[in-house]
Amino acid sequence: MITVNRYRCGYCGACVSVCPRDALDLVETYIEVDDKCSNCGICTKVCPMGALELVEDEE
Amino acid sequence: MKSNYDVIVVGAGPAGSIAARTAAEQGLDVLLIEKRQEIGDPVRCAEGTGKMGLSQFIEPDPRWICAEVTGARIFAPDGTCIELNEKLAGKEVGYVLERKIFDRAVAKTAARAGAEVQVKTQATSLIKENGVVCGIKGKHRGEDFEARAKVVVGADGIESKVGKWAGINTTLKPKDIETCAQFLVTDIDIRADSCDFYMGNLRAPGGYVWIFPKGKREANVGLGMLGSRFTGKHPIDYLHEFMAWKFPEGKIIETVVGAVPASGMLKQLSTSGLVLVGDAGRVSDPITGGGIYNGMVSGRIAGNVLADAIKANDLSVKKLQRYDREVREALGKQLDRNYKAKEFVVKAEDSLMNSVARSLHGVNFEEMSVPKLLKEIITRNPSMFLELAGLF
Ligand SMILES: Cc1cc2nc3c(=O)[nH]c(=O)nc-3n(C[C@H](O)[C@H](O)[C@H](O)COP(=O)(O)OP(=O)(O)OC[C@H]3O[C@@H](n4cnc5c(N)ncnc54)[C@H](O)[C@@H]3O)c2cc1C
Repeated sequence: MITVNRYRCGYCGACVSVCPRDALDLVETYIEVDDKCSNCGICTKVCPMGALELVEDEE
Repeated sequence: MKSNYDVIVVGAGPAGSIAARTAAEQGLDVLLIEKRQEIGDPVRCAEGTGKMGLSQFIEPDPRWICAEVTGARIFAPDGTCIELNEKLAGKEVGYVLERKIFDRAVAKTAARAGAEVQVKTQATSLIKENGVVCGIKGKHRGEDFEARAKVVVGADGIESKVGKWAGINTTLKPKDIETCAQFLVTDIDIRADSCDFYMGNLRAPGGYVWIFPKGKREANVGLGMLGSRFTGKHPIDYLHEFMAWKFPEGKIIETVVGAVPASGMLKQLSTSGLVLVGDAGRVSDPITGGGIYNGMVSGRIAGNVLADAIKANDLSVKKLQRYDREVREALGKQLDRNYKAKEFVVKAEDSLMNSVARSLHGVNFEEMSVPKLLKEIITRNPSMFLELAGLF
């Protein structure tokens, strides 16, 4: 799953623009990731701050 | 907020505000919504733009002009410098703005023209009937609302969703996005009348570093890198490295992050009941990253086309396609050329950038235009003919 380090995030929306599933949303200073996310990880690569991370799902 | 408008514009950046203003000036009933609580803030921009272009839209005002620049310097990776005068440096220099104030000023012109403006108001989906977009659903300060319109304008910037909801694929590929980080740095030695650019894959892979003055000893120092060139280091990491090299004593008073579409204009900008303007339509310049002026150009065309269509009571797909045609006429040629140029530049090795810069040594840039510069590059570097010839 995608985790957002809210302390690092610059809430710019770069991640939203590359998401092929439209699973991300930016509301003011908050990135939301919904269950359409396929864990492709593209968003983690374009984040200018390195605030997004693809981590193994916890059981 | 009412439940019915002629036009609803989603996003109050420069493109949306100009679209809203143009439509309102022509007597249309317009709603302009912005999901943030403050128009223009946080900034996602280096704030450089051309004087001539801007003044077509709004009277220049010292309250939102931080600096005037008369030229640009481009530094090749080895430090070779190319100096360009204002004319050659093009649309991206002239003014360095204070966008927090500028975006608000543009939105105010829309409000004064009669548009209703609502902040903290987010579009969350479209109302569609028989495949035709006829309004939006959204949240206004947390409360659900619905509002209908004859046409919806997607002016929702890089993160645009409005187009996707209507079936236009606006998703950017990593190779077509420049992701950026910037500091506003104070108390540094800069040339206050020049926009400076530093090239080089070690500094900004597939992009460049910029230093745009915002005062005598203050500047936006930032960089963009191509999304597909990510190998573990993010723009913020490269920026820290650049700062350590160039401005170790600089004091950082603001952090700005964002991304610019470098894809060139979308093939399709309109569909039934909907048009896309500005970054939402990907009309920003793929090579310079400039999107303020192009966004406003597309916003004005949208406002005019929608006014004509609504007055003629003809909102057919064909009628709205006039918007696509006019934007393509106004911006398409330059965007296509600059997309090709970008594809060339992002693949260029540092050694090639160095040799091109050195080959231009002694050229009189005072008397040149951009196409002449490209021709000069080819004349002095004939091996590049095939790659660059298509740019004319
Ligand atoms: C780091 C950086 C440097 C740049 N430097 C320059 C430069 O020097 N010169 C230049 O010309 N351009 C520059 N640009 C590009 C420029 O900032 C953009 O092209 C320009 O802002 C696009 O204007 P716009 O109106 O299309 O979109 P935006 O200015 O992005 O406005 C879109 C608005 O829509 C709102 N919105 C989004 N979704 C919704 C929704 N669902 N509901 C309601 N509101 C919504 C957003 O909050 C935003 O306010 C730069 C960009 C970046 C990131």
